[in-house]
Amino acid sequence: MVKTHRREMSVASAITALALVLAVAAPGYFSGENLGDLFMASLPVLLVAIGMTLVVVTGEIDISVGSTFAICGVAAGILSKSGVPVWLASAAACLLGAVFGSLNGALVAYLGIPSIVVTLATMTALRDGLRWATEGAWVQDLPPAFQWLGLTQTEFPFVAAIVTVMLTSAFAWGLGHVAAGRAIYATGSNPRAARLAGLNTSAVKWMVFTVLGALTGLAAVLNAVRFNQIPSNAGIGLEMKVIASVVVGGASVAGGTGRVMGTVLGVVLLAAVGPALTFLGVSAYWERAIQGGIILVAIAAEGIRHPAYRRLASAAASARAQA
Amino acid sequence: MSHTLLSTSSVSKSFEGVCALRGVSFDLKAGEVHALVGENGAGKSTLIKIMTGAEQPDAGTLTVAGRDVPHMTPALARSLGIAAIYQQPSLFPHLTVAENLALALETGTVWRRVHWTARRNRALALLEEAGAAIGPERLASTLSMPEQQMVEIAKTVGAAAKIVIMDEPTSSLMDDEVDRLFNVIGMLRTQGAGIVYISHRLEEVFAVSDRITVLRDGETVATRDTRAIDRSELIQTMVGRALTAVFPKRPVAPGAVAIELRRLSNRALGIHDVSLSVRRGEVLGIAGLVGSGRTELAETLFGLVPADGGEMLLHGEPVRIESPSHAIRLGIGYVPEDRRQHGVVLDMAVASNASLASLDAVSSRGLIDRAAERLLAESYVERLRIKTPSVSTQVGALSGGNQQKVALARWLSIGPEILILDEPTQGVDVGAKAEIHALIQDLAERGIAIIMISSELPEVLGMSDRVAVMRAGTVSGVLSRTEATQDRIIALALERP
Repeated sequence: MVKTHRREMSVASAITALALVLAVAAPGYFSGENLGDLFMASLPVLLVAIGMTLVVVTGEIDISVGSTFAICGVAAGILSKSGVPVWLASAAACLLGAVFGSLNGALVAYLGIPSIVVTLATMTALRDGLRWATEGAWVQDLPPAFQWLGLTQTEFPFVAAIVTVMLTSAFAWGLGHVAAGRAIYATGSNPRAARLAGLNTSAVKWMVFTVLGALTGLAAVLNAVRFNQIPSNAGIGLEMKVIASVVVGGASVAGGTGRVMGTVLGVVLLAAVGPALTFLGVSAYWERAIQGGIILVAIAAEGIRHPAYRRLASAAASARAQA
Repeated sequence: MSHTLLSTSSVSKSFEGVCALRGVSFDLKAGEVHALVGENGAGKSTLIKIMTGAEQPDAGTLTVAGRDVPHMTPALARSLGIAAIYQQPSLFPHLTVAENLALALETGTVWRRVHWTARRNRALALLEEAGAAIGPERLASTLSMPEQQMVEIAKTVGAAAKIVIMDEPTSSLMDDEVDRLFNVIGMLRTQGAGIVYISHRLEEVFAVSDRITVLRDGETVATRDTRAIDRSELIQTMVGRALTAVFPKRPVAPGAVAIELRRLSNRALGIHDVSLSVRRGEVLGIAGLVGSGRTELAETLFGLVPADGGEMLLHGEPVRIESPSHAIRLGIGYVPEDRRQHGVVLDMAVASNASLASLDAVSSRGLIDRAAERLLAESYVERLRIKTPSVSTQVGALSGGNQQKVALARWLSIGPEILILDEPTQGVDVGAKAEIHALIQDLAERGIAIIMISSELPEVLGMSDRVAVMRAGTVSGVLSRTEATQDRIIALALERP
């Protein structure tokens, strides 16, 4: 088991190294205010990334989460404005996310369309559908009860943190201890063997997309209640942040491997880099480039561990030895 | 006849410790058709892979036109005038027939100009020579299997190959197409080419070949002039080996009929009218050539692709099995062939692999009881003598025999009443093989009905109470233990009764 935690260890070391540099060069980074902001801004990414981990472990991908995120946020706001209690509006947003997720999942699992194609289509369709429906307008004049889920501004972060920690732990534990979790790994590792073992691999895929959709809905609500208006163009680029975090956290896009703990660390590392640059006096324009570099390193590490790469490397070595 | 075009001397090759060829010597003369025959796994495919440069021999030499070729590659083989036609045509589906031919035949730089009319005319001429009426502008994906094979034949004609290797070229052809192929072979022969002809259809071998080489267990058994050998002698030579292994077979009083098939068909998988029955405590061996529908029958029984005709009775009750999970609920277990691809999940632990089909048994309300799972796995590790450091070791780290035992453990843990084993000892070392055989016997004695598919005749004969032989998607005969001999099985597998 030590071997399989290697990725978590290296991401954790990278986070520690970054923290040490910041502690020396910019101790202001660790102010409660900055860390709080960082946490609140990363929450949606984290929730969606947990769902994305499940999807990636089954060997699929979902790039429509940004669009789902936008629609769910707007839907929660509109419902709330029309007098629906905030908890009911939130539940409706999660349900709506689950519906979009299950649509993606059904197309992938039961019609056998590659997930990248399905979710590319739904990403565009949902995004432009929303643009057409709202005509680009933001949801404004939200009722006070919607703000902070009807809690006070100091209570909300605690509630959000508790919800997130509970969900994260539940998924982290469940993947290892619930029969469905086992089915997810088996489906991603060897779909044919899984099917021959009597697992319904189509249902597994459909389910993970649905769960991802529901988590995206929840993330949208927790994000929307922090502001007094809801932009209809929210969540652009969210899918990239999420997938990057999952990959950095050690999940293989080929399926079969990946853990929630790794994803959490991946989210923390990628989220910490941006503000760190500001504190270190580096131009913020470097943020994307550095994040890209981290992703490349993670993927290269994946490639080196991969058997095909090792075969190639040993073949090259023996060719050199012969020459 | 004349000079030798190609020869191999003392060629050996093994894959991951399993010996495929042992000191094989073979030669091909100009203007002859040299047939290569042998059972499944006798080493025919490996030998032609060495001739075409797809594999490198571990020992021995390959000589082409009098010169040793120490490092054969596919490209070198082509430039030495070696061409091959395989059982499965390999055309580019989205290109036209003319383009497919041009890709194989035209030479020159990547930047040369393409002369479309010349290309088309050449294709027309070649197709005519091969005796095929196929438009050169048709897309390869629109061709039927026999038409694709005819294009492959046109390719070899156009390559003016000196050495033509044909591996089961007729398996997709109809009778008149076979005749046309034989015409092409005659033409190539008069042009001085040598042809290596591999086929399971003995009547073709006798019709077309000048000499026959028999391979058995990776060794050359005999090379004879076709005129000097008859059919029964050839079959004798192909199978003629003593039952060396000792099988732990003990007679078991058969119980009630566990599963009965009445004219079961599955058009999608190409099997039809299979009628069989297996009793509790009985081992039914299923023999037949690769591609005769054995695995497809197993997949139908297991619900992977549900049957579309006939009847299946389980303990006397008619059932229609819709999915693997349905089959498992009905007490059917299936250990598939090629365990690395289908049998086990290599990057999961021994314990998780063992419990994958019986997660319900080790969990309550969807929560896996890790301790119960470990206990289950440990009990099978002990019972099947699986050599593994621990039950949390990844299955990919175990040897082939132990991986197969893990696959067996998965199915034993569902408490099966019917167990289908597909090539249960393929690629397993001798020791583990004996252990698996003992286990099969043990399971039969516990009253499990066992269907054992195997390409190894000694195993089929040694382990089975009855042997069903499959040919072309259906059962061509069922032999009792006393009736079953290697010759009779081979005869049923090769020809219409």
